[in-house]
Amino acid sequence: MLLKISTTHTPTTDLSHLLHKHPEKLQAVELSNGKAHVFYPEATEARCTVALLLDIDPIGLVRNSGRNGDDSFSLGHYVNDRPYVASSFMSVAISKTFSTAMNGTCNKHPELVDRIMPFEVEISVLPAPKGGEILIRKLFEPLGYQVNLERHELDSKFTEWGMSKYFTLNISGNFKLKDLLSHLYVLIPALDNEKHYWVGQHEVEKLLEKGKGWLKDHPEKEQITKRYLKGIGGLTRNALSRLLEGDEMIEKEDSDEGQSDIVKETLHYKRLKVVLDELISSDAKTIVDLGCGEGKLLRMLLREKQFQKVLGVDVSFRELEKASDRLRVQEMAPKQKERIELMQGALTYRDKRLQGFDAAAIVEVIEHLDPNRLKAFERVVFEFAQPKTVVLTTPNREYNDLFENMEAGQMRHADHRFEWTRNEFESWANQVAERNGYKVLLRPIGDVVEKVGAPSQMAVFNLITNE
Amino acid sequence: MNNTEIKIPELSLVVLIGISGSGKSSFAKKHFKETEVLSSDKCRGIVSDDDNNQAATDDAFELLHFIASKRLKNGLLTVVDATNVQPEARKPLVQLAKNYHCLPVAIVLDVPEKVCEERNANRPDRNFGKHVTRHQRSQLRRSIKHLKSEGFRHIFVLDSVEEIESITGIKREKLYNDKKDVKGPFDIIGDVHGCFTELTELLTKLGYTINRTDEGQGNYGFNVETPEGRKAIFLGDLVDRGPDSPSVLKLVMSMVNSGAAFCVPGNHDMKLQKYLNGKDVQLKHGLALTVEQLKGENAHFINQLKDFLYGLVSHYVFDNGRLVVAHAGLKEEMQGRGSGAVRSFCMFGETTGETDEFGLPVRFNWASEYRGKAMVVYGHTPVPEAQWLNRTIDIDTGCVFGGKLSALRYPEEELVSVEAKQVYAEPARPLNWKADVVLSHQHEHDDVLDIDDVIGKRIISTRLRNNVTVREENSIAALEVMSRFALNPKWLIYLPPTMSPSETSDLAGYLEHPIEALKYFKSQGVEKVVCEEKHMGSRTILIICKNEETVRTRFGIENEGIGVCYTRTGRNFFADSELETQFIDRVNKALTNANFWEKFNTDWVCLDAELMPWSAKAQALLKDQYASVGSAASAALVNVVDVLNQTANRKIEGIKELLQMYSSKKEMIADYTDAYRNYCWPVNGVDDYKLAPFHILATEGAVHTDKDHAWHMQEISLICEQDRQMFLVTPHKIIEVNDEAGISEVVSWWTNLTEKGGEGMVIKPYDFVTTGKKGLVQPAIKCRGKEYLRIIYGPEYSAPENMTRLKNRGLSGKRSLALREFALGVESLERFVRKEPLRKVHECVFGVLALESEEIDPRL
Repeated sequence: MLLKISTTHTPTTDLSHLLHKHPEKLQAVELSNGKAHVFYPEATEARCTVALLLDIDPIGLVRNSGRNGDDSFSLGHYVNDRPYVASSFMSVAISKTFSTAMNGTCNKHPELVDRIMPFEVEISVLPAPKGGEILIRKLFEPLGYQVNLERHELDSKFTEWGMSKYFTLNISGNFKLKDLLSHLYVLIPALDNEKHYWVGQHEVEKLLEKGKGWLKDHPEKEQITKRYLKGIGGLTRNALSRLLEGDEMIEKEDSDEGQSDIVKETLHYKRLKVVLDELISSDAKTIVDLGCGEGKLLRMLLREKQFQKVLGVDVSFRELEKASDRLRVQEMAPKQKERIELMQGALTYRDKRLQGFDAAAIVEVIEHLDPNRLKAFERVVFEFAQPKTVVLTTPNREYNDLFENMEAGQMRHADHRFEWTRNEFESWANQVAERNGYKVLLRPIGDVVEKVGAPSQMAVFNLITNE
Repeated sequence: MNNTEIKIPELSLVVLIGISGSGKSSFAKKHFKETEVLSSDKCRGIVSDDDNNQAATDDAFELLHFIASKRLKNGLLTVVDATNVQPEARKPLVQLAKNYHCLPVAIVLDVPEKVCEERNANRPDRNFGKHVTRHQRSQLRRSIKHLKSEGFRHIFVLDSVEEIESITGIKREKLYNDKKDVKGPFDIIGDVHGCFTELTELLTKLGYTINRTDEGQGNYGFNVETPEGRKAIFLGDLVDRGPDSPSVLKLVMSMVNSGAAFCVPGNHDMKLQKYLNGKDVQLKHGLALTVEQLKGENAHFINQLKDFLYGLVSHYVFDNGRLVVAHAGLKEEMQGRGSGAVRSFCMFGETTGETDEFGLPVRFNWASEYRGKAMVVYGHTPVPEAQWLNRTIDIDTGCVFGGKLSALRYPEEELVSVEAKQVYAEPARPLNWKADVVLSHQHEHDDVLDIDDVIGKRIISTRLRNNVTVREENSIAALEVMSRFALNPKWLIYLPPTMSPSETSDLAGYLEHPIEALKYFKSQGVEKVVCEEKHMGSRTILIICKNEETVRTRFGIENEGIGVCYTRTGRNFFADSELETQFIDRVNKALTNANFWEKFNTDWVCLDAELMPWSAKAQALLKDQYASVGSAASAALVNVVDVLNQTANRKIEGIKELLQMYSSKKEMIADYTDAYRNYCWPVNGVDDYKLAPFHILATEGAVHTDKDHAWHMQEISLICEQDRQMFLVTPHKIIEVNDEAGISEVVSWWTNLTEKGGEGMVIKPYDFVTTGKKGLVQPAIKCRGKEYLRIIYGPEYSAPENMTRLKNRGLSGKRSLALREFALGVESLERFVRKEPLRKVHECVFGVLALESEEIDPRL
């Protein structure tokens, strides 16, 4: 909401020259959904401070944002922190208000442009979700700033709610003004991890332009780039490769988040491969993937000629849309398109469309059901849909001990309703088989570690036929 | 032949047979409705623009058969106007009639070629040669004698122009099974199997008086007096296995003859008929015993018995289609129809072709798929207890196997039984087979709902508001929410409707005000309203049972405690199951101490309530959204105001105004923080919760929407008294909308309340369900306080420039939604109380959830 830039450089009037803003006037620039006020709280011979104050219209903000998808249109939307924080609004305000200074032009005093001056910057308030103080320091300190910050509590009356993600930030150091402004322009929205406008290729250009001369050598360039571009993978890769200009792209694995993502990803791939092999060896021709999500397994299934018909079912319509996009269903050749079908369904409702398949894959699905709904799930799959083969996987809770960042009793995903030990899974699988006329084999997925087993576990059910 | 009438069954497929020019179309036009007649020429025209285009014949007949099948499916008489002179043309029509269990009728118009040729010559569109008509005529002549073997049940051959013209009308006769005009009341009696003693005992228990008389006039030695206006219905299997089949037969024949009873045939009765008619049947399954018992009867009786058995109709449809009886039950699409398949189903039910571990045929349980509106009462398969499943009930409780003989009283739906005196025969499969199943058939069936009952566009009929439509995109959204987050659907017998705010107030500084709500009710012709304080917590529905036994027997749920407490989207309120148990126990105890169970003659209750604090459920929302905004804004604004104060000293133009503006923002943020803080307090255990019930929605046998709100408040206060620590009585006032003093009292109450940080008030018509001049009236209108609205519309909503814009809001969408959801909610409770299958209840509950995904400003 408020940005203050102070200097003790003398003559202090140099700052106003560089900024092209008269120290004795209150000025305003128009922004989308509001404006920014510029004024000088102090302009003495010893010290000069310029303030940039945002004036965002909270009602207009919501009205004009439109209803992008169903997520954004919720009640919380109307009570929001945007008017009070430093965010991409602040970056826009900086670039609009101080554009000449940022561009390094100063007609009257061109010599000032490259002059290094002592600056002190105060930002009220800066959100830094998923990173906090450590991240703020990691972003500013390598550039040569001294960082002082104050973190605000959520509510002084309810101290048990803990601290908020908001900081009042005070940084200081000796810089050229244009560099300082560029740093703020990029790092404020990177910390905020949000954008008030659509992020596209254009943002990559802006980032590269404002990051010229410093971002390439910044140790946190990946994270800055990723957060600045709202984590959109394609844009981030594009920006990074251009930033490094042909320098060899090294897959850095130093951030915690990235590492666990990679571990998760490889396990999931391994799991899908095992499931695929199992389905291939079952001789199935028609497959239903129950809980297909965005269609990773579907893609693998479609590559196998053996499978003449593949049905992907998920309860989330958005996931199905994603799957359809990823598999490029609309662009498939007619013969190929005939093999694949996607539909919404829930595994706790009997569904005649699920009948008549040779095999069903149910990969990491049951743990998302409340335990008391497993009875319905069992009847829907094994009694009513009754595929000849069912390949079902679920995490092995015992293995969780080996995940360092997991607390005892914690589950691997916030939506998991339970995670089973090998014994629990086996006993459930045996009962299901017994009750429904299947025989079942259990198999670990991933490397088996002594005492705790493999990270995931699989049950392969085969319908017992009279022949 | 003069003035002849042809008689055909009401639902038949009439196949006209005649050569070109024989006058089929004129005949059809004269005797049938235009929509009943399907003409092959017309179909040719539809598919090719030319009624005589022979090249279009295949398409034309495909279309004709398609239309015919739709009509027959819907139970409509259909006439096929085509030459139909070749057997291969008639074959698919006979098959069609069979598929839809109706009777094929052939009407042959056999007119000399000459006449036809003359007629054709007068029509320019029929320019085919004489050889065509001659060929057709010879095919027709050859066909006539085969019609019966082709499957036609009624055949009329009209072999001259005169005869055709002498037909004055076609009389449509009801099927024998059509007893729709007989409305009961009835006593429907299960398989007797020769258990005469038990039968007389049961009939006596039901109020029938059985007098012995001399045999004669078809009374077979019995004269039965029925209780006031009642009739008995026997579900067949009168004979075999039991000790006295002849007496049973005589008693039933006597009752049927005197009009005191109806009887449908069972498979055993039909086998006996075959035996009596000299057919080769095996004397198994008790038939030998019956044959032995009948040896003493004279030939006259045996002949009458043969006639009786011959005359039995496979099933009956009574009471305007509300009741169907058949020995082994009957699927919806076969009810009221006649075909071999129908008769066979009535006799044997549906079997899968497999045999079970006892060597008995595995019966496909048609009842589990039954969706029909008619109640179906049947027997055939002995069961330990008669149980409802999807409006069907098997009342063969195995008397001859030592069980009991049961009757169902209709329309009372009451079961009356007498115990068997002894085990007369050993069943192949023990009667208590599967006795370890703890849930009732209906509850077990309801463990799994069918996706077809919730997805797609749905139209749900409700008592309060006729049809409520749920759009497909809304069911898509609801399916995900319901299946991922909601409780076991067996608990979800109700979801509360959304509530509309009052019309937007004209008063400066107010978006909502009670005056507007009162004005609304006045405009709807409501005279008296109740104004209730609106608690700021979480809307909660509580299902509380007396004990776990009730949960099992009434809700069909095992091992999930004695109740639940769920949110308006069907999610469990408590994440911690131990806390949940303690909470539910507390409520249960209060109900028990208030003698609630006895007073309401119930074992369960559904309560509508507000559960506080808000912070208990909305913790994430509070921290991530409300407290976060407060924290950011207040921290930032302190610095902003400081810096503006500092700048103000420098006398720069415009700063003063800016300072004023930001200072007021700072105040609004402080007010906002105070506003949400009012609804938060730490929760460490069950004692920290406050429960404020405001509706007793339903108990066994009753949905209490017929009681006024004063009743609800009064009854609830009696429960609250039992546990002052947890329960909160909702302060309320009842006023007349024309009473100025009352109105000003309510307004000042509301003003005080909301200024102190209260959320506001809910104003409801005095009666729970109120219909006004324009239909159903909003069941409740909320008037939220000025400060509370900060957490809805944003901290700075009260700034004049914001208020002006926000006052421009429309309520019609919200109001319509509230009424639709209200109607669905009441409907779901009524269906549950009527013990309808879960899918019928779930359909409404799912509908409310789906409607909630309609795009409506969530701030309303």
